[in-house]
Amino acid sequence: MAKQVIILGGLSAVAVATARLYAAQGATLAIAARREDELELLAADLRVRGAAAVTPFALDLATADPGADLPRMAAGLGGCDLILIAYGALTDQARGETDLGYAAEQLTTNFTSAAGWALAAANLLEAQGQGALVVLGSVAGDRGRRSNFIYGAAKAGLGVLIQGLAHRLAPTGARAVLIKPGFIDTPMTAHLAKGGPLWAQPEAIAKVIAKAATAGGPIIYAPSFWRLILLAIRLAPAGLFHRTRL
Amino acid sequence: MTLVFQPRDDVLSWGRAHRGRQSLGRPADASELRAWAAVDKGPRLARGLGRSYGDSGLHAEGRLIDMTCLDRFRSFDAMTGLLRAQAGLSLDTLLKVTAPQGWFVPVTPGTRHVTLGGAVAHDVHGKNHSWAGTFGRHVRALSLLRSDRGLIEITPQSDPELFAATVGGMGLTGLIVEVTLQLTAIASTDLVVETLPLGGLDDFFALNLQSLERFEQTVAWIDCAQRGSKLGLGVYTRANWATDGGCVAQGDRRGPSLPFEAPSFALNRVSLSLFNQAYRAVQLARPRRARLAYGDVFYPLDAVQNWNRLYGRSGFYQYQSVVPHQGGREALADMLRIIGRSGEGSPLVVLKTFGALASPGMLSFPRPGYTLALDFRNRGQATQALLARLDAVVRAAKGALYPAKDGRMPRDMFALSFPQAQRFLTYRDPACGSDFLTRMGL
Repeated sequence: MAKQVIILGGLSAVAVATARLYAAQGATLAIAARREDELELLAADLRVRGAAAVTPFALDLATADPGADLPRMAAGLGGCDLILIAYGALTDQARGETDLGYAAEQLTTNFTSAAGWALAAANLLEAQGQGALVVLGSVAGDRGRRSNFIYGAAKAGLGVLIQGLAHRLAPTGARAVLIKPGFIDTPMTAHLAKGGPLWAQPEAIAKVIAKAATAGGPIIYAPSFWRLILLAIRLAPAGLFHRTRL
Repeated sequence: MTLVFQPRDDVLSWGRAHRGRQSLGRPADASELRAWAAVDKGPRLARGLGRSYGDSGLHAEGRLIDMTCLDRFRSFDAMTGLLRAQAGLSLDTLLKVTAPQGWFVPVTPGTRHVTLGGAVAHDVHGKNHSWAGTFGRHVRALSLLRSDRGLIEITPQSDPELFAATVGGMGLTGLIVEVTLQLTAIASTDLVVETLPLGGLDDFFALNLQSLERFEQTVAWIDCAQRGSKLGLGVYTRANWATDGGCVAQGDRRGPSLPFEAPSFALNRVSLSLFNQAYRAVQLARPRRARLAYGDVFYPLDAVQNWNRLYGRSGFYQYQSVVPHQGGREALADMLRIIGRSGEGSPLVVLKTFGALASPGMLSFPRPGYTLALDFRNRGQATQALLARLDAVVRAAKGALYPAKDGRMPRDMFALSFPQAQRFLTYRDPACGSDFLTRMGL
């Protein structure tokens, strides 16, 4: 059955892979991102790949008005089966520790603005009585670590919000799911040394998202082995943990 | 976002014989590439999916630009088959979209894991050269990001010289950003394939004579371990697209992957001979006439991921030559005799025919004649000496070697193979280079 999908942050590698997965199934898509030229390119790409229709929305998600913009996107589609929140900035931890303005800006993008979209999405899906809100979190939100706790804090906050929304939506037929990917091989992580079984391709995460849109949750690790790794990390006693450089 | 370059020791070409540090950057999209190119005029070379065998896709003295994220379809007209896409799009993805709609690439190499840009840069050929010529003949337009002229659009009409330099130009005339390609209509995603035994080299020429006009796709597999009266023993395959049955999407059906490099003794005279005999028997056990999906006809090797690790840590060289029709028979026999005596060579020996359709590029490899391609595990000096003996045969026959496969040809072989090389160099992007070009002293 052809689906209606809204993707916020449509130009991230995982979002592109997810959009393509739905396009191949003949879905109707609304994609929002900041850069208009790349958004138009992606829209054309999705149409060739089989999307029934694609509507690009060029806007800055961090400063837009979710309460007005999201219903506008959904109205264009005539309903929606999936709202994916897939944007975020990979925070430069060292800079954030001294440049407090930068840190606040990062927290606003990764938590405050995403939370606004999530709340708007929940209202919309609740009114519909069906559909899923899927949000990209991060394993970085599971335990504060010296290497990325500003980014991690925003993702942890978002995680609790989605968990709460899942609880609220449970009786309504609508759903909310948080996806926690581990390492993803994307241009955003190009500066990190890669290789080995811990690195997943964006297409693999996209499949997890599509599955999460119909069942499971409210918290899904992608790939699933990260649940065990993070369990170990969360359970490690502080005395031991503080001796690592993670 | 600015483009980040990483020093990498694991960026290899398909032959895995050239080791060394490469600097690799991966732009997330065309905007990021353009933003980088606007400020950086340093040495560079585009990289696709890394299927070139030797050093034509490496650039130790510059930077490699991984183009695989520039993989957007721009437009596709299912009525006319005209496709425009970014150069990092793979034939694999392209075919998943267009084949079910009845459109196939007019020319395909032996793997679908190549990018459009790579296919243009080496003006690749397929098993249908007599019917369709090279890939470049079907390219209608290119967009090129040059260090001296910025982003430009060229067609065979608007800039015939730069176009002819770019098709087959090994990525040296600028970064190929977009490709407009005319696809070919198919009525079915299957082919009707005939598999015939070759008792020797004479059988190949006899079968060629009666097959080239009637069958679009023709190719021979040769058992290079055979000598004497069995020289040229092999299997001949000829095929046409099925005319009925409709078009269906073909899945990945990715088979096993070779997880690590095989030990160096895995491939030897005995194992090679045994494998070849078994392979021939399996091929000939097939019904003489069979209907096969395109993946099984064009891309049998794609079923084994990372098969190139078979040759071990030292890697291998592929040797692909073309010799003219005139005198070609003797030259092929000479090469097979040299290979048979050496006990080297590989299970994957392919003999194809190039027809009369002219190649569009100044450095295009295909020209009328017979083209023999096979792998040699890298055993250092012994391998180099063996390949030099093959060079002598190709040289005497006035043939040529294929740079996309090469990792060792002497400079004079390049000059003999490509008389237009000096003219080509006047169209080179001053910032583009490659290890191959450096090795040729150009």
